[in-house]
Amino acid sequence: MTDLTQLGIKPLRDGVALGEFTAREVAEAFNAAVAGAAALNAFIVTTPDHALDAAGKVDADRAAGKPLGAMAGVPIGMKDLFCTDGVQTTAASHILEGFVPRYESTVSQKLWDAGAGMLGKLNLDQFAMGSSNETSHFGNVSSPWRRAGTNAPMSPGGSSGGSSSAVAARIAPAATGTDTGGSIRQPAAFTGICGIKPTYGRCSRWGVVAFASSLDQAGPMARSVEDCAIMLGAMAGFDAKDATSLKMDVPDWAAGLDGNLAGKTIGIPREYRMEGTDAAILESWERGKEWLRDAGAKIVDVSLPHTKYALPAYYIIAPAEASSNLARYDGVRYGLRDLPDGAGLQDMYAETREAGFGDEVKRRILIGTYVLSAGFYDAYYTQAQKVRALVARDFEQAWAQCDLILAPTTPTASFPLGDKSDDPLAMYLNDVFAVPASLAGLPAMSVPAMQNADGLPLGLQLVGKPFDEQGVLNAGLAIEQRAGFAAKPERWWC
Amino acid sequence: MSVDKATVTKIASLARIRMSDGELERMAPELSQILDWVEQLGEVDVSGVEPMTAVIPNSLRLRDDVVDADPLTGGGRREDILANAPAAEHGFFAVPKVIE
Repeated sequence: MTDLTQLGIKPLRDGVALGEFTAREVAEAFNAAVAGAAALNAFIVTTPDHALDAAGKVDADRAAGKPLGAMAGVPIGMKDLFCTDGVQTTAASHILEGFVPRYESTVSQKLWDAGAGMLGKLNLDQFAMGSSNETSHFGNVSSPWRRAGTNAPMSPGGSSGGSSSAVAARIAPAATGTDTGGSIRQPAAFTGICGIKPTYGRCSRWGVVAFASSLDQAGPMARSVEDCAIMLGAMAGFDAKDATSLKMDVPDWAAGLDGNLAGKTIGIPREYRMEGTDAAILESWERGKEWLRDAGAKIVDVSLPHTKYALPAYYIIAPAEASSNLARYDGVRYGLRDLPDGAGLQDMYAETREAGFGDEVKRRILIGTYVLSAGFYDAYYTQAQKVRALVARDFEQAWAQCDLILAPTTPTASFPLGDKSDDPLAMYLNDVFAVPASLAGLPAMSVPAMQNADGLPLGLQLVGKPFDEQGVLNAGLAIEQRAGFAAKPERWWC
Repeated sequence: MSVDKATVTKIASLARIRMSDGELERMAPELSQILDWVEQLGEVDVSGVEPMTAVIPNSLRLRDDVVDADPLTGGGRREDILANAPAAEHGFFAVPKVIE
């Protein structure tokens, strides 16, 4: 029989629907794969019973001749930033350790309604703050990939590093991610998988632990463009409980997939050709242009003049919003409380937050508090919001010349864990190509392009106009069809 | 402009995060480095530019004027709300004595 763990969303769903195998067999195969891959540290908690229960329901529905959902019979990993009813939700922090939500996030509920089950809660950078999955309270996540000829554990990217590691290692056919400044696309690129961040507002933020609310967006991570299209369709949709949710119909992206790009124009932003960008990354970009041209698209140069300023603007805006969002962790309503003998309320807040937050989270709360403080607000925060408007305007002007933008996802391939963890700024630079689309709220996707000389995957990024997820997915498909990326990491973890 | 240890002490206190002397010593140069780097935004000519408030144009909606229109965000869920409290008494969150 086929090794079910090698299959993605579409073949699993169709195989279950056709009776080639049962949803229960699928859930059991992935539960076993998860249990055997503890060395990756991709999961914070595993939920094999959730996966089995969901599978049982799908098998019963099929036997009864009931219609099956878009994700029926597909067990997935859930980033531990989504609140899940009755299952611990930590945001990979100590301050939320033991927090068991009494409600379900909108996005996870939609996935269960579509017939998916949950393999477990995936590790991440603490509060989604990080680009290497080294800031989790529950330990680093390892990428399944290694540099050829070495055994050093490599970064799966971040913050959705548990998601990328699990999908690349084939212990989950797909996983949810969230992207604030690249947290879906960068880990997807590092691990040779696909991931799409939709237009801001497509996926409800209700029940997602907040980091920077004007930027946070959920999206799928999977091994093919088509799987991303199917899963995004199940996640997206209007939700009255999120004030920034888009009241728009969700197109059938999977049905609309078409890799023929005749009539499309692809912009190549000249400012993304930065000093220090890896030669292999530049080569992948050249190949990407050729592939899209081969798919019928026209390639033009475009300019996004404020690209250089996007990252520093992000590192004012995101920490500012985080310092405000994370004020809720005070030891009163949920999570950790650290109350030394005889201490008062103020001491309780300060002790709880000292003990409960990791270094990177503290760093960002302090930066945010500083840039929002009296006397500095205009110079930092207002200036950053103006620069953000200019970054968005750059894209608007580019859309006069092109339909989509092609760029590398990251400036380098994955690096060994520990390589950059002492230098916050060097770590931030990982997201230099990902952040502009986040600031502008645009749909953006990473698809695998090739391997570098060390055998590590490299990703290409497509950025689209607001609401044009279809265009992004179609161009992603055109690249996928031509890149022929079939490399898999060697199994060292079990 | 860099931040010194005294400034970091002040910010940490505003953010209600206790920090040891050692942490403050370590954090001050890190924060200075980050702040020095973001200061390049000062070079950008932003004259006539309005600060962005909403990335995708959207309007605020009013919900239906109905009690518990959505049971997930409605009332009557005191037990659920208190379920994760480190301390709860008599149906309330409990905190150390605030008023002497």
